[in-house]
Amino acid sequence: MSVSTKAYSVSESGKRTKWLAGGMVVVYALVSMIPLVWIVLTGFKSPPDSIAYPPKVVFEPTMEGYVNLFTSRSRQTPEYIESLGPPQTWYDALVRERNMVITGPSRFLGRYWNSIVIGFGSTFLAVFLGTLAAYAFSRFRIPLKDDLLFFILSTRMMPPIAVAIPIFLMYRELGLSDTALGIILLYTAVNLSLSVWLLKGFVDEIPREYEEAAVIDGYSRLQAFVKVVLPQMRAGIAATAIFCLIFAWNEYAFALLLTSGQAQTAPPFIPIIIGEGGLDWPAVAAGTTLFLLPVVIFTVLLRDQLLRGITFGAVRK
Amino acid sequence: MSTQTIERAAERVAQATPSGLSRRIAGLSDGAIAWLFVSPTIVLLLAINIFPLLWTIYLSFTNYRANQPGRAIRWIGTRNYERLLGSEDIWGYMQATAHFVCWTMALQVLLGLGLALLINRNFKGASFWTTVILIPMMLSPAVVGTFWTYLYQPQTGIFSYIVNLFADVGPLNMIGSVELAPWAIVIADTWMWTPYIMLLCLAGLRSIPDYLYEAAEVDRANTWQKFWYITLPRVLPFLMLAVLFRGIENFKMFDMVVELTSGGPGSTTELASINLKREAFEKWRTGYSSAFAIILFVTVFGLGNIYVKALNRVKS
Repeated sequence: MSVSTKAYSVSESGKRTKWLAGGMVVVYALVSMIPLVWIVLTGFKSPPDSIAYPPKVVFEPTMEGYVNLFTSRSRQTPEYIESLGPPQTWYDALVRERNMVITGPSRFLGRYWNSIVIGFGSTFLAVFLGTLAAYAFSRFRIPLKDDLLFFILSTRMMPPIAVAIPIFLMYRELGLSDTALGIILLYTAVNLSLSVWLLKGFVDEIPREYEEAAVIDGYSRLQAFVKVVLPQMRAGIAATAIFCLIFAWNEYAFALLLTSGQAQTAPPFIPIIIGEGGLDWPAVAAGTTLFLLPVVIFTVLLRDQLLRGITFGAVRK
Repeated sequence: MSTQTIERAAERVAQATPSGLSRRIAGLSDGAIAWLFVSPTIVLLLAINIFPLLWTIYLSFTNYRANQPGRAIRWIGTRNYERLLGSEDIWGYMQATAHFVCWTMALQVLLGLGLALLINRNFKGASFWTTVILIPMMLSPAVVGTFWTYLYQPQTGIFSYIVNLFADVGPLNMIGSVELAPWAIVIADTWMWTPYIMLLCLAGLRSIPDYLYEAAEVDRANTWQKFWYITLPRVLPFLMLAVLFRGIENFKMFDMVVELTSGGPGSTTELASINLKREAFEKWRTGYSSAFAIILFVTVFGLGNIYVKALNRVKS
């Protein structure tokens, strides 16, 4: 018996297969990281380096892409630039090397800020409403419960463009077009399905006995919810909030169609960062890097909850 | 000792017995709480999902154009639907969508299941590399589409360069050529979403108890038999769930592809959602595009129904 388990370990693979499997996975991981690494590198290239042939792996790093991302510039004659006197800052100097002068900040920071406001606003609402609904669905008898839950999930299935047509008309009537409030409400509605389904799973995992004991202790149902259930849900609420935040952060179709100037978020803005003679790739890459970085960090923090989040709580490990 | 306990209990009861208004709120019946908690969610979804949907259904029977709000809305019956279903262009877009959905699913299932089987060998550092592999699927699809256009540049892009290191095919115009563009969007989507399928397969693999393999070992089953009779049947529900979910998402695909190819060249990558956006927000044929939206929605809703059934089966 012991000999046979040593020879063919059933659940544990042999050393060589392990090594081989590990090697193949590492190769896939490295190859799949090439696009991201390349974009991060491009953010530090000069515009000519970014469109060099063959593609440059070794190059002289410059902050030009980041400067171009955050500023708007205009081309000037060397005489005019001469007349301005020596550059005041390092980024002034960088821009003047290209015969340009900084005329002011670009719109990128505003778009990034919109993404933050809309992301956090809609996440807060979706998680707040979702927590209440999830608790009720988990603990109380609600008529047509399964139908309601299916209805909530099905709202997520609608093609965004199909939803955008009537929302566009509705917001035009209500004066909500191109406002942060309008987009926050819309993202809240979309995220509610995720938040209700995920959080219901988390509430289901908390034993009812805790609340029952609290009620016997003299708590009302509402007090038991606030003082006993909510603290237990903390981890679940945090995970749900991050998923909602990532959705709102990444969303593009609604933002493209329903916002233009005031409330536009970063995703529709990044692709249209124009330099002289077409897209300014280093600036686009810099914007992409700054935009994707928070999500990468959240993904790493959230890795144990990912499975749950992407299946609406159906699969829990 | 016991007096202390009693005192503490009395204190707790006293705390838990508030007065006046707060008592009335705290003393709500279960039914009242249930309605109080569920109704905001339902009201918001009715206002932002159901009401607009009903409006879309109404508009789909009219000739309304959103860029001419003053014009009288005329009821034209089912003419929009007839025009849609009779149009050859629509079938072209549907074919492009089908090509995209089928190939992305096929490639992602192969790669995702393969990766999951490899990761399940539990080599050293498996969890670190799994996290690395998961990163692409969390990114913004529109931004992914944008930077893949850069990677796909025929002369200067790294994609064409790397391919040419292995096969001397010359510069690849992935986005500009009619033959390659449909594959450009398939490759980018596969890069982004293979981790999704992998993650679900991994969950399936981890749900298989060891004793099944031990029993198979006793019965002298070979590796292939173990895979075919134990692994695959156990992983299949998870795999199907993943495919159904990603299939629906890709059927609705808009953001990544519109940034990557915006439907071109010609209409080779004009997916259904991209064409819908063109009809609704560029040509402003609101009535016609509403009808198109309803057709897409009914299709997705049908698939979604199957999805929820599959979900419940995996759960139990």
